[in-house]
Amino acid sequence: MAELKMRVWRGDDEGGALQDYTVEVSEGEVVLDAIHRLQATQAGDLAVRWNCKAGKCGSCSAEINGRPRLLCMTRLSDFEPGETITVTPVRTFPIVRDLVTDVSFNYEKASELPSVSLPPRDADGKRRMAQVDVERGQEFRKCIECFLCQNVCHVIRDHEDNKPAFAGPRFFLRYAELDMHPLDTHDRRELAQGAAGLGMCNITKCCTEVCPEGIKITDNAIIPMKERVVDKKYDPLVWLGTKIGIRNKDNDGREAAPKQKASPVKRPR
Amino acid sequence: MADNIEQNIEKHQYDVVVIGAGGSGLRAAIAAHDAGAKTAIVTKSLLGKAHTVMAEGGIAAAMGNRWPEDNWEVHFRDTMRGGKMLNNWRMAQLHAQEAPERVQELEDWGALFDRTDDGLISQRDFGGHRYARLAHVGDRTGLEMIRTLQQRAVELGIDVFMECTITELFKGDDGAISGAFGYWRETGTFIAFEAPSVVLATGGIGKSFKVTSNSWEYTGDGHALALRAGAALINMEFVQFHPTGMVWPPSVKGLLVTESVRGDGGILKNSEGKRFMFDYIPEFFKAETADTVEEADRWYDDKKNNRRPPELLPRDEVARAINSEIKAGRGSPHGGIYLDIASRRSPEFIHKRLPSMHHQFKELADVDITKEPMEIGPTCHYVMGGVEVDPDTELSGIQGLYAVGECSGGMHGSNRLGGNSLSDLIVFGKRAGEAAAARSAGTSARSSIDGHLAAAEEAALAPFDPKGDENAYTIQADLQQTMNDLVGIIRTADELEQSLKEIEQLKERAKHLKVEGARPYNPGWHLSIDIHNMLLVSECIAKAALARQESRGGHTRDDFPGPDPVWGAKNLVLTLNSSGDGVDLAEKPLPVMPDELKKFFEEK
Repeated sequence: MAELKMRVWRGDDEGGALQDYTVEVSEGEVVLDAIHRLQATQAGDLAVRWNCKAGKCGSCSAEINGRPRLLCMTRLSDFEPGETITVTPVRTFPIVRDLVTDVSFNYEKASELPSVSLPPRDADGKRRMAQVDVERGQEFRKCIECFLCQNVCHVIRDHEDNKPAFAGPRFFLRYAELDMHPLDTHDRRELAQGAAGLGMCNITKCCTEVCPEGIKITDNAIIPMKERVVDKKYDPLVWLGTKIGIRNKDNDGREAAPKQKASPVKRPR
Repeated sequence: MADNIEQNIEKHQYDVVVIGAGGSGLRAAIAAHDAGAKTAIVTKSLLGKAHTVMAEGGIAAAMGNRWPEDNWEVHFRDTMRGGKMLNNWRMAQLHAQEAPERVQELEDWGALFDRTDDGLISQRDFGGHRYARLAHVGDRTGLEMIRTLQQRAVELGIDVFMECTITELFKGDDGAISGAFGYWRETGTFIAFEAPSVVLATGGIGKSFKVTSNSWEYTGDGHALALRAGAALINMEFVQFHPTGMVWPPSVKGLLVTESVRGDGGILKNSEGKRFMFDYIPEFFKAETADTVEEADRWYDDKKNNRRPPELLPRDEVARAINSEIKAGRGSPHGGIYLDIASRRSPEFIHKRLPSMHHQFKELADVDITKEPMEIGPTCHYVMGGVEVDPDTELSGIQGLYAVGECSGGMHGSNRLGGNSLSDLIVFGKRAGEAAAARSAGTSARSSIDGHLAAAEEAALAPFDPKGDENAYTIQADLQQTMNDLVGIIRTADELEQSLKEIEQLKERAKHLKVEGARPYNPGWHLSIDIHNMLLVSECIAKAALARQESRGGHTRDDFPGPDPVWGAKNLVLTLNSSGDGVDLAEKPLPVMPDELKKFFEEK
């Protein structure tokens, strides 16, 4: 066992401060292990979210020495021996307590997004899709909803007032996934541009940089999605074709997706 | 504490309240909603974080996409034999029959499964399954299931109460369920639900063991809630130790390594480099298991003319074999054995089929699984036991109380086959949701819960009123050590008796808890409530394990090494004792399988 110096933000929505701790740690441990040992031995009420401790559930997002990371996938050996590790809550969402923030923004945005809409199955009751066609969407469905991309996106990190009009990278990923679904029948391009604020993203790639799943959010989802929106909206040939009644193949069999309702996720009264 | 009591508790009325938002809870809620019931999902984590995300390999369903010979009868047979015939036959039958349609349904709702060359849902090999049968998405199938069901539930507008923990169930004067009580983790304020139907979908108990693949939520809440409401638990002696958990570094000891590694060609070796599983093929599976390396290796491509590699025996067999090798001194440097896929498959294949495993070992252990073998050992993974339910409706012994998924019992008998958990969730989730909705539709009178609220509040706040100096985290750590050392993979009467003594001492200490801090988001308080569930459920496991004097599936007794047909015909049933501070145990004959199903077991 060695000793680790930590600074952990303690407080609530009314304020708080970094507190210094010294905690025993051992070989191979991650930051979440150190936080757990603090809880068990020095600070029983230290609030932190975690579930799987295996990088699969996306619950333990925080900022470690200022970098958005998963607490369970950040190894202590990544830091210099003797270095103090500072853990603060993600900054973009309101504080609940200590390292726990109110992430309901993300659940509201999720409910605004129209779900998949597939045609009837084949005659034998099954569906057929090629592996190469599902792979594009599969990359985006690796998302563990840690919301680190949302946290780091400067459109909302630095501009609280943008939140109502901007869904954020996690949901652009979802728009792209649905748009690239080989069988889906809805056209969500106008929603992506309008309600979700895709145009506000100026592709600084911060989201891609922090994604613990290594999803190429900007290159594979946001940029192609922007291109699709632009194709529909601004391409003069497409515009002319629509005017004189020539159908664009990209619109075949697709109808505009309905706008969705309010989030069914409840908060304490 | 009187000044802490809330006069005006947040109260809601629903037809169906589902506790838990993993695969089975979400599927139950969707079914109840579709049947017209006003439905709420209550989950102690955020939506989409449930333990289902940890499931890796796939969903077992006899869709016949790779092997047209596969059908529900073969799946039924595999499941019963995997459970050493202790399964509730009717559950195993319904499960095998309905799983394929439930999987197709996930695809209707947006799941993107891996495909066969014909464009159908791909199916992969797993232990104990005769044919490649697991619908999968790389090695993150559970995540795909949870996300699909989560998105469906949100689309349907089903109310979700997140980070809200249920501490008690209420019953009316008629003895039927009338509601549930809990607290919001965020504020520590209370919330009550009035509902004639409650579906328990709370998952398992693995957090009572030190080396486990389970998350913090797995404190046996549903098991304990059911006991306290008067329902019974069965099969609690059967705890599955997954053969392959990580063993190093210490902080991730127990973390799951998917069975898909073996399904996709990985083999087990000891420190002498020997592929040892050929030495551990039990009589029961001799006829269907390859006895040479050559036959085993041919099987991946030609299942008709070859038998299954012994690495793909059911989990209980493989876990015991690994345990024996380690005990015999042929283990790896960190006390495990080797799981090798690097020498068997190309890096491209491994990246494609096992991306999360590659990521997990690279990030957490500095091991590149395309280049070197993994060190692995058994880890507590799943409890076969749970609430005794009616196989068709998942109704417990209490009217209005249903149980699904890992917190229900019977489906898997003494040992669960890999892949049968995810299919269990959606098959019985749907059935429970429909039955719960039907009951509510037929129950016009709602029992008031107001008379129960004050006592429930007082109980939940008790830990703030210090009666001693005990720390819940320390008691939890001591319980985990006890269960690991004395109620683990190999058991003896002496150790089990000792464990029961230690659990009694821990129960006594848990009466003297002290919590620091206040009510908003206070994990110390949360654990002080959960710890009582963990202790009650641990007592069930130890007591049933001591009573069952045989070895079968997930229950291995060093002092009774073989299976005993007399024991094979009965279940052990646990109920809350009359003083409410422990459990009583009784024997009950197993439901008898009808003759037309018995024939599947006569051919071999």
